[in-house]
Amino acid sequence: MAINRQYRTVISIIILCSLTSLAQAGEGKLLATPGVTQVEGSGGGGIVPWATLAGYASRDEQAVSAFATRVSVDDYRLDVWGAAINLYDRAEISFAHQNFYLKRSSAEIRQDIAGLKFRIAGDLVYSTWPQLSVGFQHKMLEDDAIANAVGAKNTNSGTDFYLVASKLHLGAIGGYNALWSLAGRATKANQLGLLGFGGDEEDGYSFQAEASAAILLSRQWAVGMEYRQKPDNLSFAEEQDWIDIFIAYLPNKHINVTLAHADLGDIAGADDQNGTYLSITGYLW
Amino acid sequence: MPSFIYILLTRPFITAVKGSKRVAALFLALSLSACATQSGDASLYQSLGEEAGIKNIVARLIYEIGDDPVIRPYFEETDLDRFHEKLSEQICEVSGGPCEYSGDSMVDVHTKMNVSESDFNRLVDLLITAMNHYKIPHPVQNQLLARLTPMRKDIIYK
Repeated sequence: MAINRQYRTVISIIILCSLTSLAQAGEGKLLATPGVTQVEGSGGGGIVPWATLAGYASRDEQAVSAFATRVSVDDYRLDVWGAAINLYDRAEISFAHQNFYLKRSSAEIRQDIAGLKFRIAGDLVYSTWPQLSVGFQHKMLEDDAIANAVGAKNTNSGTDFYLVASKLHLGAIGGYNALWSLAGRATKANQLGLLGFGGDEEDGYSFQAEASAAILLSRQWAVGMEYRQKPDNLSFAEEQDWIDIFIAYLPNKHINVTLAHADLGDIAGADDQNGTYLSITGYLW
Repeated sequence: MPSFIYILLTRPFITAVKGSKRVAALFLALSLSACATQSGDASLYQSLGEEAGIKNIVARLIYEIGDDPVIRPYFEETDLDRFHEKLSEQICEVSGGPCEYSGDSMVDVHTKMNVSESDFNRLVDLLITAMNHYKIPHPVQNQLLARLTPMRKDIIYK
């Protein structure tokens, strides 16, 4: 535990040092086009990563953002905070800390996630083809008791890999801008990794599809929905796909707020977990 | 359009698309967003207020440029009357109006200016501000932007 704390402190210091060394603020993208921050700390929608990188940095700029998210469903609550650095609209380095509370037993599962994403090609708005990115999320589980109890094969860490394509179509639906994003993820993680990695039913990587669709009602407001397919590695309880509908308010290039209704299906034996998702991202540099 | 949002926001939608239907519903949403609805050519020109409306927007854009510390330097040597005339003509043409752009090519105009991606987007923001000033509806703005953005590749980093 002490080692984990130190680890976290080191990561925080690295992020802070990077913050102070950054010179030019990134505001070179159009309002709302970087999207928001997803629950594992990557730039994206709310529950799935997009090909866009967190922050408004153009190819000549850098950007730093910080976020906080709460997802509260019937029997669980997930609190997440973290930060991301965008280097020249080419690379995104992200860090997220998750606190997962079991409301019934007041137990807690904590996890750190380090993420890296590279834009391979394209521009969300301007290229004919979608923007294409690859990334990974390395998940380090701090509290492994519950993961052990449910039969996870690995209760220390796991890494997800994803490839994602996103595109914004100007004026596509009755003059309103429309966005879609499709991702494929290779993962072993049970419930994001909070219940460990791999299980008695499936121990290897499985391929999962993730998708978002949104309409921008104005420069500041967007509504949409998301879908995230989930692996089902543990025999003790079924893991189900996630879905949400969201409304996001992006008043300027410094802050945005997203409210969603999330349906996370059955989680660790608790049926039909529905609830509210609230997330705020601030763009510091 | 409003009905689509209504469906999106109603709770029954979630329960209706559970299970195997989820993916199908999502792909329906995706294909909806993928099919660009192009309005008839002249209608965009009319929505922008035809010749007079477009000239007003461009005049306001020039005013906004004059007020902007980043974009203004690009226009220090520019003949603003000519810029007003040629850009109005260009917007008239791409919006389906009865005009033909008679200015220089976008590449020629922007060569050696080294316009950055960031400054290009900043100019887009100024154009949006100018259209907001004349209360051009949001969907009309997007349709004009959609027709102007193919020129970006001939403008930035030249």
